Amino acid sequence: MDKKPGLLTVLDAVTIITLLVATWMVFFFAPVEAVMGLVQKVFYFHVASAWVGMLGFLVAAVAGGIYLAKGDRKWDILGLASVEIGLAFTFIATVTGSIWARPIWNTWWTWDPRLTTTTIMLLIYAAYLMLRSGLEDPDRRARFGAVYAIIGFLSVPLTFFSARLFRTIHPVVIGTNQPGAEGSFDMTGDMRLVFFFSLFTFTIIFVDLLWHRVRLGRLQDKVEQLKLRFNA
Amino acid sequence: MSEVHVAKDNPQVVADQRPATRGARSGFLRALSAIVWKDLAAELRSREMLSAMLVFALLVIIIFNFALELDAKTRYSVTSGVLWVTFAFAGTLGLNRSMAMEKDRGCLDGLLLAPVDRSAIYFGKAIGNLIFMLIVEAIVLPVYSVLYNVNLFNPGLILVVLLGSIGYVAVGTLLSSMAVQTRTRDILLPILLFPVIIPVFIAAVKACGGFLQGAPMDEIMPWLNLLIVYDVVFTAVSFMVFDYIVEE
Repeated sequence: MDKKPGLLTVLDAVTIITLLVATWMVFFFAPVEAVMGLVQKVFYFHVASAWVGMLGFLVAAVAGGIYLAKGDRKWDILGLASVEIGLAFTFIATVTGSIWARPIWNTWWTWDPRLTTTTIMLLIYAAYLMLRSGLEDPDRRARFGAVYAIIGFLSVPLTFFSARLFRTIHPVVIGTNQPGAEGSFDMTGDMRLVFFFSLFTFTIIFVDLLWHRVRLGRLQDKVEQLKLRFNA
Repeated sequence: MSEVHVAKDNPQVVADQRPATRGARSGFLRALSAIVWKDLAAELRSREMLSAMLVFALLVIIIFNFALELDAKTRYSVTSGVLWVTFAFAGTLGLNRSMAMEKDRGCLDGLLLAPVDRSAIYFGKAIGNLIFMLIVEAIVLPVYSVLYNVNLFNPGLILVVLLGSIGYVAVGTLLSSMAVQTRTRDILLPILLFPVIIPVFIAAVKACGGFLQGAPMDEIMPWLNLLIVYDVVFTAVSFMVFDYIVEE
């Protein structure tokens, strides 16, 4: 294992500091929303987690494409790392969303397009991990993972559109709301600042985690190859 | 592709197929129809897959009768859903069987050694699977009509069934050729396939329901468009990535 790069240590520190600042901003800087009250504060980290989830799956699909074209193992390691992080954050977004939905929509869950698409996305990438765990040959595992990451990511927008042809009640905070959306609100300047700072914070967390996970993946790879050589 | 060096290693194959003397397109079509024909002939003799798919499909419909109490009032609103769940379940049986058949006894390796384009193998298997699926659907639909006294002979509905099956089979063939190469094999296929196939499923159920309930065309068109987009996108992508699935 190569030494931990200095830049990564710096990034770790930056991640922790921005996360602390973001948490402080959410609780003490952002104004309390007039109608929904304190529960609205979930929104800042909820949207940021959902964003990181999508980012992770996008990175996985792109890395899959590059892996198929180039055949370099590092793209496979990157793909797996971003799927794992994407899954974790999509799950966080689902849970925080439920916490918000209970008082606002009066239900933990509803079959709204965003919620449906998120669940199906969780299932797709859970299947991705199951597919990988069923394959021993590292080369084949990388190829199949890349193909499934691409197919899965392509189906997500279609799932969203098909679910959206039903009526939605999920509020759209940026852009225009569809009629029937419930629990929407307009952001004040301070709220917007906290919101974008949360997005920024979570993007940094994503990069930091991804870096750590890729290093771990490389180590895993090395161990696997050593094992193969030892057994041969 | 690998045609050239494979052909060099295996003179007999060259003698049989003579790929160099034929035009590329007719070679592709011949390879494709040979694969489809092989699947059909094998099925015609054993009738393993079709009979399993059919009996399973009928069982699912009968179970739904008790699960949903398909009385005359609810019938029209749930029929399309029941039909598509049946097709999806029966479809995975067929897809699994069709690929497992190739994997057992090294048939797939034989196919891959043949000096033909890999995409001919993909399209050949996909068309074979589509034919089996359509046969099952062609039997299930009239049986359902008779059992539940619902008129399913509607050209629009048949179009939806065709479009939905194409999308299902396009992705299903690709994913089943992945699933058979894993340790968990046939239990993995539905887990891989169903989340990716959801758009087809939603669109097909809504479009079928629309035709059955006599909804206006402008309500059904978005679903048909979605099906067509899905079919085109996923057939193209599956065709492009199939090489990486069967590569050794």
